Amino acid sequence: MSAPKSSRSQPDLSRRHFAMALGAALVAVPLAACGGDKKQPSGGGNGGGGGDGAITFGFAQVGSESGWRTANTTSIKDAAKKAGITLKFSDAQQKQENQIAAIRSFITQKVDVIGFSPVVESGWDTVLKEARDAKIPVILTDRAVDSADDSLYVTFIGSDFVEEGRRAGKWLVEDTKEDGPFNVVVLEGTTGSAPANDRKKGFAEIVGNDDRFRFIASQTGDFTRAKGKEVMESFLKSHKKIDVLFAHNDDMAIGAIQAIEEAGKKPGTDIRIVSIDGIKEAFQAMADGKINVVVECNPLIGPQVMDLVKKVHAGDSVEKRVEAEEGVFTQEQAKDELPNRTY
Amino acid sequence: MSITPGRLRALTRHRLFWPLALLAGLLLVAVADNPSFFSVRVQGGHLYGNLIDILRLSAPLALIALGMTLVIALKGIDLSVGAVVAIGGAVACTEISQLADQGSASGVVLAVGAALGLCLLAGLWNGFLVAYVGIQPIIATLILMVAGRGVAQMVTDGQIVTVSSSPYHLIGGGYLFGLPFSALTAGAVLGLVALLVRRSALGVLVESVGGNAEASRLAGIKSRGLTLGVYAFSGLCAGAAGLMISSNIAGADGNNAGLWIELDAIFAVVIGGTALTGGRFYLGGTLVGVLVIQTLTTVVLSLGVPPETTLVFKACVVTAVCLLQSPAFRHAVTSRLRRAGSRPPGASSTHIEKPEHEHEPDPTEPTPREVQNT
Repeated sequence: MSAPKSSRSQPDLSRRHFAMALGAALVAVPLAACGGDKKQPSGGGNGGGGGDGAITFGFAQVGSESGWRTANTTSIKDAAKKAGITLKFSDAQQKQENQIAAIRSFITQKVDVIGFSPVVESGWDTVLKEARDAKIPVILTDRAVDSADDSLYVTFIGSDFVEEGRRAGKWLVEDTKEDGPFNVVVLEGTTGSAPANDRKKGFAEIVGNDDRFRFIASQTGDFTRAKGKEVMESFLKSHKKIDVLFAHNDDMAIGAIQAIEEAGKKPGTDIRIVSIDGIKEAFQAMADGKINVVVECNPLIGPQVMDLVKKVHAGDSVEKRVEAEEGVFTQEQAKDELPNRTY
Repeated sequence: MSITPGRLRALTRHRLFWPLALLAGLLLVAVADNPSFFSVRVQGGHLYGNLIDILRLSAPLALIALGMTLVIALKGIDLSVGAVVAIGGAVACTEISQLADQGSASGVVLAVGAALGLCLLAGLWNGFLVAYVGIQPIIATLILMVAGRGVAQMVTDGQIVTVSSSPYHLIGGGYLFGLPFSALTAGAVLGLVALLVRRSALGVLVESVGGNAEASRLAGIKSRGLTLGVYAFSGLCAGAAGLMISSNIAGADGNNAGLWIELDAIFAVVIGGTALTGGRFYLGGTLVGVLVIQTLTTVVLSLGVPPETTLVFKACVVTAVCLLQSPAFRHAVTSRLRRAGSRPPGASSTHIEKPEHEHEPDPTEPTPREVQNT
């Protein structure tokens, strides 16, 4: 009889451990949140109501995934301060559930306007309906949501990723005067993310119609330098002749440049490199002749966002889609533009 | 035929047989798809090829898995290694980027020392929580897993800190005698640790504490100090891996460096034959596990598996290795095959004469017996 007895006490033990685990996890998560909060400028200290008449803007950021995102965060914080808008900032650490929780807390705090940059495209309907029921307007920044009901948000401001892909493709088609054929490899962004899907689509629209170009390999580099380098190393070994590299962001292009150099080839000369984003280091690489062209994806949309917040709060009508101001930069322009880059 | 069925059976039952078979299988698939997969040439004064890439990229994971093996042998787990990787790279790169001359060897040594010191501290913190405060390892290290990445982001200010320092580049991207320096480092550390734990009583002590901490304490083993030391070593290994990863891309990415690498490390340890229940560990097995993981990644890239199906492909391979590693599954398959071959009983006897069933948790394992053996 002793055996069953001891086996019965086992679950109790594990349940207690589980409870401890849960407790510690609850402690650990706010701990991390505190780390993020430190960067937040003190917003005057008044509660959600905004008793002094200032607009309260709750913004749920994706997280700090890259230098681009940090520049985006800084731009929004600075612009809010300048515009006299009380900003409630939340960092979702690249997780949708965190972002949903943040939006719910904004609703509870009765902020005047909610803004967020969705981590993924789908799964937002429920929480956006809650915001609509609470009569809080929602602004999407830089990433869109995939929902049949577009009354769930007031406006979307940001980049058109498909257009960025098209611009990259157009530059490539115009720049290559020779007959080809050109072997193209692609470093894709995180599989399933909006920028990866759309940039791929836009680029293929233009380049896919030109039969001088052949797509010989396409892999995800997760938008990171390390992965971009590793994938490019593999491309270089499996394919003897690569003429063009299209990277969905600058970080992967910078990783790939290192791989190309280690293979004894000259990036920008032996292999044409087309990239998207426009971070400072990509401009440096362009000035050094290692990247051929960068299609800008502008993170500095803070001032435009604050304009929208004011308009939406005042009840003015706004466009359903507002484009961020962006350009295409080649090596010739890179040197002049380099000092202006802040991110 | 000199290979008798009995010897073959003993071979297939060796704990490293299936992982090694899988490794060979992956390489065969790769070479069938791309005949030049194995080709290695000299490029810029060092060896260059897919196999060299596998060695170089395995090195950080090998170091982390080495620390993880010892932690798991103690019946512990270290979830914080990924975050410590980020901290190590962040601290070293930030310090180097502030040097007046990034190429100065002494400055790089100082930065590396500072980074490793901090990571050792992180490991000590984990060990302190586990050994002296008595927090469950999974929770104790979860704290640093979450908070540590925040520390790395704070150090780098959320940006990728880029360095252009040739001494630093050697650590993860450089070559010595034509071979990747990182792989040589990892190999040397692995060799030293293997020597230390297997030629002294240390390894047995670790297994003893992992098997039954209380019995070990009663037998006179200072289990707390040992636990503290092992977690500290794990932190140090993770820090060194962080240096390699950041050195390879010449920049510290506080957000992505070492992301989820703790899971890869645990997986490598487990397919190497070390059970999560502690009390036994196999360093050679861990090394094979690490090579399987990196080879899988490299082969997937070489095959050109579309990104949308990459994870499914990996999942299939991982499932296969786990099933093949399970004695119960192998027994079920072999007995069915045998029944199909109409060879009566005998089947059940294979189950009993299992010489190495380290996969089956046995809480009453009398490990202190081994202590007396030394």
